[in-house]
Amino acid sequence: MSTLVEVKNVTKVYKRDTMEIPVLQNISLDVPEGEFLALMGPSGSGKTTLLNLISGIDQPTSGSILVGGTDIAKLNESALAKWRSNHIGFVFQFYNLMPVLTAFENVELPLLLTNLSKKEKQQRVEAVLSVVGLADRMDHYPKQLSGGQQQRVAIARAIVSDPTLIIGDEPTGDLDRKSAEEILVLLSRLNSEFKKTIIMVTHDPHAAESAHTIQHLDKGELKSN
Amino acid sequence: MSIPISYNIRNLWARRLTTALTVSGIALVVFVFASVLMLSQGVEDTLVATGSNDNVIILRKSSQSEMMSAVSRDQIGIISTFPEVGQTQEGKPFATSDVVTLININKKGSNDMGNVAVRGISSGAFALRPQVSLQEGRWFQPGMYEIVVGNKIHDQFVNMEVGQSVQIGSKLWTIVGVINGGKTGFASEVWTDADIVMTEFNRGTTYSTYTFKLKDVNDFETIKTKLETEQRLQDLEVKREQEFYLEQSKFMAGFINGLGLFITVIFSFGAMIGAMITMYASVANRTVEIGTLRALGFRRTSILTAFLIEAVALSSIGGIIGLFLASFMEFVSFSTTNFGSFSELAFGFSLSGSVILWTVVFFLIMGIAGGFLPAVRASRMNIINALRSS
Ligand SMILES: Nc1ncnc2c1ncn2[C@@H]1O[C@H](COP(=O)(O)OP(=O)(O)O)[C@@H](O)[C@H]1O
Ligand SMILES: [Mg+2]
Repeated sequence: MSTLVEVKNVTKVYKRDTMEIPVLQNISLDVPEGEFLALMGPSGSGKTTLLNLISGIDQPTSGSILVGGTDIAKLNESALAKWRSNHIGFVFQFYNLMPVLTAFENVELPLLLTNLSKKEKQQRVEAVLSVVGLADRMDHYPKQLSGGQQQRVAIARAIVSDPTLIIGDEPTGDLDRKSAEEILVLLSRLNSEFKKTIIMVTHDPHAAESAHTIQHLDKGELKSN
Repeated sequence: MSIPISYNIRNLWARRLTTALTVSGIALVVFVFASVLMLSQGVEDTLVATGSNDNVIILRKSSQSEMMSAVSRDQIGIISTFPEVGQTQEGKPFATSDVVTLININKKGSNDMGNVAVRGISSGAFALRPQVSLQEGRWFQPGMYEIVVGNKIHDQFVNMEVGQSVQIGSKLWTIVGVINGGKTGFASEVWTDADIVMTEFNRGTTYSTYTFKLKDVNDFETIKTKLETEQRLQDLEVKREQEFYLEQSKFMAGFINGLGLFITVIFSFGAMIGAMITMYASVANRTVEIGTLRALGFRRTSILTAFLIEAVALSSIGGIIGLFLASFMEFVSFSTTNFGSFSELAFGFSLSGSVILWTVVFFLIMGIAGGFLPAVRASRMNIINALRSS
C-alpha cells in the first residue's frame, strides 16, 4: 500500500509573547493509505497539535507534511482551505454541529463548497445519513439528538465530500460507553468497507483497539508499539 | 459558494430576545427618519399640487411670497394682450389678478394664533384653479364683504362656520361658504373678491400677483422671454405657477429635513451601536462554529459576508417594521406656519418612492456600519484558537 501521509522532521513551537513553547520535536510519521491509526498519549503531549498540522489547519515551525503527495506546509491560506474541503473529513470531540441547522443541512455544509447540483447534493447527503443510520432523523436539529447521534451526523458530514483522510480528535471522548462503541464500529466500517484512511486521537485504550496501529506521543516525541 | 442565508436568519431567530430588542431600536430610528422625510415630502406635495404646470404667475422681482409682491393694473393690461395668454369662451383673458394679505386669528384647541392668507380673486380664478370646489354654502358676491373659507381653516380655526363673521381690516366679513382645496395650499386660505380687498386696504390699483393659463403649455419660454424684454415690465418676474409654489416649499422642507435628519442621525448612532454590540456577542457565542466552518474549508470572506448579511438582515427587519409603522403617518395631517409664505399651511406625511428609497438606504447603511467590525473580527479568527475555545 502506498503512503498517504508523510510527516517529515516536523517541529512545532508555539510563541506566546517572548516565551517559546516547543510542542512537537522532530516528529516523523508515515501513514499508509487505508490505515486506521490511533494516536495515544497523555494530555498536553501534542496530539491535537499533530492532527491540526496533518489536517492543514495549522502550519509546522519546520519540517514538511505531505498528504497524497501535496506538501501542505507550502500552500497559502486560501489554497489550504480548498485543499481541506477536498481532502479532509473532520470529527471533533464535541461534534461541532451548527445548532441552527438540521442534520441534513449540517451534513450538506461541505458540499456547499462544491459545484454539485442541488439534486446530487441531496442524494449524497441522504446516502451518508443512511450509512450512519440516521436517514429518519434528517430534519432533526442537533439538540433533538443524543450525543451519539450528533457524533454520527458529524461523521456523515466528514465523509459526505468523499475525503482522502478522516481526522478524529477524541471522537468518543464525550460519549457514554454504548454510544462510543457505536461510533467505533462505524469508524471501523468506514475503514474496512469504504476504505477510508483514519487518524484518530484517543485517551481510551479500548477505543484504540478498534484501530490497526497505535502510536504513542509523549512529550512531543512518537513511540510506536 | 457561501454560507446559506438561512443560517443567519435562524441564528437571529435563535437569539430572538436580543434580536427583538435590537430590531425595536432600529425600527424606532427608521420610523423617525422616514416620518421626517414624509413630512418634508408632504409640504412639497401640497405646494406642488397648489400650482398648475400650464399656469404662469407674474410677481414683482425677488418677492419671496405673494404678500410681498406687487403688480399694477397697467402692467396686467399689457400682459393680457400677449397672444400666448389663454382666453375664455367669451374672449376674455383666462386669468386672475390676486391680492393677498394676512389675518391673524385663533386656532381651535389652544390659545395659539395663526396667520391666514386672505386671497382676493378675480372671476377667472375659479376656472384657473379647478382643484378648488365649493363644499358648503355658496360663493361670495363681489362687493359684499363676503368670504369663503378653506376647509382646513374651517376645521382648525375657531368661529369659522358659515354665517359667522371674521374681522378683516376695519370691517366684519360674513362667511358664506366653505371651499374644498383638496391637498393644496388653497385649503388653508380665505377667498373673497379682489376689488373689495383693494378698496378695504387702500391698495389703489396694485394687485399682488397676476396668474394666467397658457394657450399652449409649450409657450412658457416664449412668453417668458417676451415679458422679460418688455420695457414696462422690467420690475416683474415670470414663473410657472407650479415652480413658484415648489420654491415656497423649499425653505420649510429644508428646515424639516435639516433639523429632523440631524436628530435622527444622532439617534441612529445609538441604534447602530446596539446592532454592533448584538453582533459582537453573536460572534463571541459562535466562535467554535466559526472555527468549524473555517476548518471545513469556508473562506474568511465567506465568514465576513455571513456576519454582514446577518447584521443587514437585523437592520432590514427593523427598517421594514419602522417604515411600515411610518406609513400609517399618511393618515395624519397638521397645520403650521409655512416659513416660505408666513401663512398657515395644512399638510400631511407623504410616502413617496424617494422617501422609501432613502429609508432603505438608511437602514442598509446602519446594518453594514453596525455589522462591519464584528464581521471583521469573526473573519480574522485563527482557526485553531477558535476550535480550542470549546
Ligand atoms: N495556541 C497555543 N499557544 C500556546 N501553547 C499552545 C497552543 N496550543 C497548544 N498549546 C500547548 O501545546 C501543548 C500540546 O497541546 P495539545 O496538542 O492540545 O495536546 P493534547 O491534544 O495532546 O492534549 C500543550 O502544552 C498546550 O498548552
Ligand atoms: Mg487534544
